[in-house]
Amino acid sequence: MYTDKVMDHFANPRNVGEVADANAVGQVGNPKCGDIMKMTMRIVDEVIEDVKFKTFGCGAAVATSSMATELVKGKSITEALMLSNKAVAEALDGLPPVKMHCSVLAEEAIKSAIADYYRRQGIDPTPIVGCDADCAHCH
Amino acid sequence: MFVYADNAATMPLSPAALSAMRPFLEENYGNASSIYSVARDARRALEDARRTIAGALGAAPEEIYFTAGGTEADNWALVGACEAKRNQGGQGGQRDRGGRGAQDGRHMIVSAIEHHAVLHTAQHLQKQGFELTVLPVDKLGRVAASQVQEALRPDTVLVSCMTANNEVGTIQPIEEIGRLCHASGVWFHTDAVQAIGHIPLDLSSLPVDMLSLSGHKFGGPKGIGALFLRRGVRLPPLLHGGGHERGLRSGTENVAGAVGMAAALRESTLGMAEDIRRTSAMRDRLIAALSAIPYAFLTGDPENRLPGNASFVFACVEGESLVLNLDMAGVCASSGSACSSGSLDPSHVLLALGLPHEVAHGSLRLTISGDTTPEQVDYLISQVIAAVARGRAMSPLWDAAAQKPIQ
Repeated sequence: MYTDKVMDHFANPRNVGEVADANAVGQVGNPKCGDIMKMTMRIVDEVIEDVKFKTFGCGAAVATSSMATELVKGKSITEALMLSNKAVAEALDGLPPVKMHCSVLAEEAIKSAIADYYRRQGIDPTPIVGCDADCAHCH
Repeated sequence: MFVYADNAATMPLSPAALSAMRPFLEENYGNASSIYSVARDARRALEDARRTIAGALGAAPEEIYFTAGGTEADNWALVGACEAKRNQGGQGGQRDRGGRGAQDGRHMIVSAIEHHAVLHTAQHLQKQGFELTVLPVDKLGRVAASQVQEALRPDTVLVSCMTANNEVGTIQPIEEIGRLCHASGVWFHTDAVQAIGHIPLDLSSLPVDMLSLSGHKFGGPKGIGALFLRRGVRLPPLLHGGGHERGLRSGTENVAGAVGMAAALRESTLGMAEDIRRTSAMRDRLIAALSAIPYAFLTGDPENRLPGNASFVFACVEGESLVLNLDMAGVCASSGSACSSGSLDPSHVLLALGLPHEVAHGSLRLTISGDTTPEQVDYLISQVIAAVARGRAMSPLWDAAAQKPIQ
């Protein structure tokens, strides 16, 4: 049911852990629903210099977290905010329909971390990120 | 190393079953309902298989009806009972009990941890107008007979309670429940799919009216099962057609399947005492070793438990991830997590035990058999420990330094 790419990112996840001197932290999901993603980033000059994740969840949750970190690492905030869940799923050669919500969670985790970055600077992230990215309310 | 630890899902075909089946796939391919010699051979083999199965269960051959599997047998028992009793009065069709007139049957009782083959069939019947009582279980997964007693009504058609649970392995007090049903004249059905061939059951003394079994759960082939219908329990036909299976379950007989299932059941019945001793000793070793993992909890009843079942929940790891990690190490296991079931909710069985959603997501079921070796048990232990550690290392809920969940 999983593509080889999903299994590869599950078996050898990229960027696992926490960025030590992170200035952007986002956590989305809900243990009740069985998946939680935590993204930590170090953003310098509006560029995501480093990003790591920790995920509690199924194979697709781990693989989408891993792929999402790969896709935003070294990118500007503006580019990272354009990352859609569909793009994450496509980069993994697709996900089973019941697992698409995992890719949504990965997109939200990125947005949530960036929203946190803005908040730390005293900037209201809502107009930039699109929602308050406090995804616990949505799940 | 490869370890198959999902014997509750299915078992490999036993060599005895395969060799018993082979002639009926290769030479004696006749339709058991035809009259020439290859057909007569097939008929004889089919009836021998029925006698073997009946003998192993303490039933009469004419009480065994072949089906395509356990799910079909469960569907037939529930739908058939409701159809049979709908217009005949409840309480097993007895009339004028205690001076009351006959009541049409319109109520059914099932336990909360039944297999979906029972639960979804019961919910289907509920949509057709039947009333359904779903009995809760305690934290070990046991149905209390006293709750069955309280739920019985004059219009109760049927009580259905599984012999042993497929996920957590808890063995139910079916004798007690059956006795209560019979005292009220209510039919009692048990889904014994996980129990047959693994623990002793004697239908000559058990107060059971209907029992479902499935061949591939004890080394027989897939696609064959049976429904035991006690003499006097009359259900309407499940499938209409050529009048096979005493007119109740039409369809050309699966001779090879029945012969294979009978051979597997004969073999597992003969070896049962030794198998239980061997398997439960290995199971207990698994349980002891894996319960020692911090924040690991055994699910189900530690005492009244299927010999091969070791099922757990591990805090802060998700079950499907565990299964995938184990698969990479050559271990086949299963989980009742939401992610492995394709829905947002974890298994209804784990939730019925009272486990919170977040804990139920971390479930893992290992089901071994008499063919599992002690070396494989050692490997299972080391690989489950490693898989849990790997999952926790990347879990945002787990405090790696303190080795406990983050509060």
